[in-house]
Amino acid sequence: MYQLYEFLRGPGAWIAFTVFFVGLAVRMAFLVGLSKERDKVLYNHFDWSWAWRSIFHWLIPLGSVSFRQQPIFGLVFWVFHVGLLAIPLFLNAHNVLWDEAFGISLPSLSDKLADYGTMVVMACVAFLFIRRLARPEVRILSEGWDYLLLILVLAPFLTGFLAYRQIGPYDLMLNLHIFSGELMLILIPFSKLGHIILFFFTRAFIGSEMGARREIEGRLGARTW
Amino acid sequence: MSQTDMEQTATEAVEQAEDEAEEKAPVAAEEPQAPAPINVKQIKGILEMNKGARFRTWLNICARCGLCADSCFFYLAHDKDPKLSPAYKIKTTLGEMYKRKGEVDREFLTQAKEVVWGQCSVCRRCSMFCPFGIDMASMFMTARAVCNSQGILPAGLARTKKNIIETGNQMAVSNEDWIETCEWMAEEWGEEVAGLNIPVDQHGAKYMYTVNPREPVYYPQDVGMMAIIMYVAEESWTVPTNGWDCTNLAMFCGDKAAAAIPVRNMYQAAQELGVEYILMTECGHAYRSGCFEGPYFMDIPGGKPPVPVKHSVQLFVELIREGKIKIDPAKRLKERVTVQDPCNVSRSGGLSEYLRELTNMLCEDFVDMTPNREYNHCCGGGGGFIPMGPEYKKRRMASGKVKAEQIRATGAKVVISPCHNCFDQLNDINKEYKLGYKVVSFKELITEMMIIPDKFKPKDEDEEEDAGASAESEE
Repeated sequence: MYQLYEFLRGPGAWIAFTVFFVGLAVRMAFLVGLSKERDKVLYNHFDWSWAWRSIFHWLIPLGSVSFRQQPIFGLVFWVFHVGLLAIPLFLNAHNVLWDEAFGISLPSLSDKLADYGTMVVMACVAFLFIRRLARPEVRILSEGWDYLLLILVLAPFLTGFLAYRQIGPYDLMLNLHIFSGELMLILIPFSKLGHIILFFFTRAFIGSEMGARREIEGRLGARTW
Repeated sequence: MSQTDMEQTATEAVEQAEDEAEEKAPVAAEEPQAPAPINVKQIKGILEMNKGARFRTWLNICARCGLCADSCFFYLAHDKDPKLSPAYKIKTTLGEMYKRKGEVDREFLTQAKEVVWGQCSVCRRCSMFCPFGIDMASMFMTARAVCNSQGILPAGLARTKKNIIETGNQMAVSNEDWIETCEWMAEEWGEEVAGLNIPVDQHGAKYMYTVNPREPVYYPQDVGMMAIIMYVAEESWTVPTNGWDCTNLAMFCGDKAAAAIPVRNMYQAAQELGVEYILMTECGHAYRSGCFEGPYFMDIPGGKPPVPVKHSVQLFVELIREGKIKIDPAKRLKERVTVQDPCNVSRSGGLSEYLRELTNMLCEDFVDMTPNREYNHCCGGGGGFIPMGPEYKKRRMASGKVKAEQIRATGAKVVISPCHNCFDQLNDINKEYKLGYKVVSFKELITEMMIIPDKFKPKDEDEEEDAGASAESEE
């Protein structure tokens, strides 16, 4: 068990972060290159102001008409994403690791806050899972992969939570925690989790396309939020 | 929607299908007796060409959240049938085409046809409700292009496309008939305004006016009304002998090559005449074609039309603002009025504020629909639905329920429609849902309400004998 831990903490982490960054960079480079040839419409009508507003309104809670139509989902969705990003980044235990390895660290959340935050994220995953099953228009779209991704996202939070609370075998939980976190990093560039970057591009496009492009000569573009 | 999304398609297959169909009942065009085999290679070509960065990203990152469902009037009008959510419709048509790498059969494409034409009006509302802003209308248009390439499309649209390919306009009106209509209307409406004329092919005019072929065919008075407005406003304008059809139903067939024909005619006429603007009648999809999609059908670098395009609603507002047209306050509509936001005028045209400004200029009791402006629902007649004909009418009436309820809630007795397709659909749902309103166009209201200055007034009967000389001296 300890050997596995050593591997996951050392080479495993290097592999995961390398795949994550290089994978995303390669995917983006490929798409940008392709877009220059086949998506001229993106460049012809691009506009920073509309692109930014199109992104911004979907980053703030209930910033869009769409989410305001389903406010509970909208809020859960927002809290889920904030927790997903903030807890691993600002967790004290993670920052200690950064500090040991590279001598750098980010501001840290208190352990108590992180603990509650983790519970909230897990509750959000449960909500999203149930919503996926309960709403006919979501269920009909959902494939095994959509459920599996939610479970994969849940895994590092659940195992981290159990390890922190020392529930169950600690060594196993810790290893599972690191493994599932690394697995998620590796999957991001190759799955729809790639939206952590692609979101900004698709939103920038539709914002410019429906907003700026329609806005010349006294016309008003359409808001896509 | 993006215009690069349609691939040039073989029109031969369509023509063959139509030729066979014409021998049978007109509704059977999509099921010819001896269907040509599906050209998988051609389908692969269309799919590959459209698989740029946007399509790859969209197809991959849809989070299956279902938020698009509530944006779609087909879904809302059919008790929230999950099979009508935009994401599901994409998944089972274009998504499946990509998944099968283009290896699809006639049965699949025939089913897809019922979805991409029969359950979507490419109104683009869903793009505004998707967290990723996935441009689903573009994807539906590509699915249409695939079906169209194999001659699988609604018979009504196939007929209009044939007209466009053969005559340059969707209703096969000859240029002579068009010019005759203009002359006839100038004469007829000249009884109300002295000296009325419709300038033809006048070089250097400011506006080149283009119409929907429905006008010369069914509503010639629309041409007369526009002539009166332009004449009284003393605007510099002309109509072209060729390139006068601003509509583009080939666009809704997903046929890039055919869609380029009317656009090319119109741009060419405007460039030859050296006009400042192409002016368009109150039509929605014509504006989308001329202003936004047309440059891509013709592969114009930069994606902008060579001559700016102006919708007549924008011109009307400018004319009234500038005082070139004066509205008689006593004639302003007293009844409750609402205005229809055509998808291609408001959401895809950016003209929603002009519609409201103009409505307030003409009417005293204006109540907006909810939702409105770019968020408004399609009437159910867009995306080619009206010309798709009787075969699709039942579906059109069913999905029109959302619009009917929107209008009912306003209590309006008059609905203004700056779009020909909306105009027809609003009339049809008016009957279907017994709403009891009247549908009018802006130009109709303006012609009724505008003050005709004395210098344009025809002489009374007893003065008519010496009218010739004095009318000229007054000008």
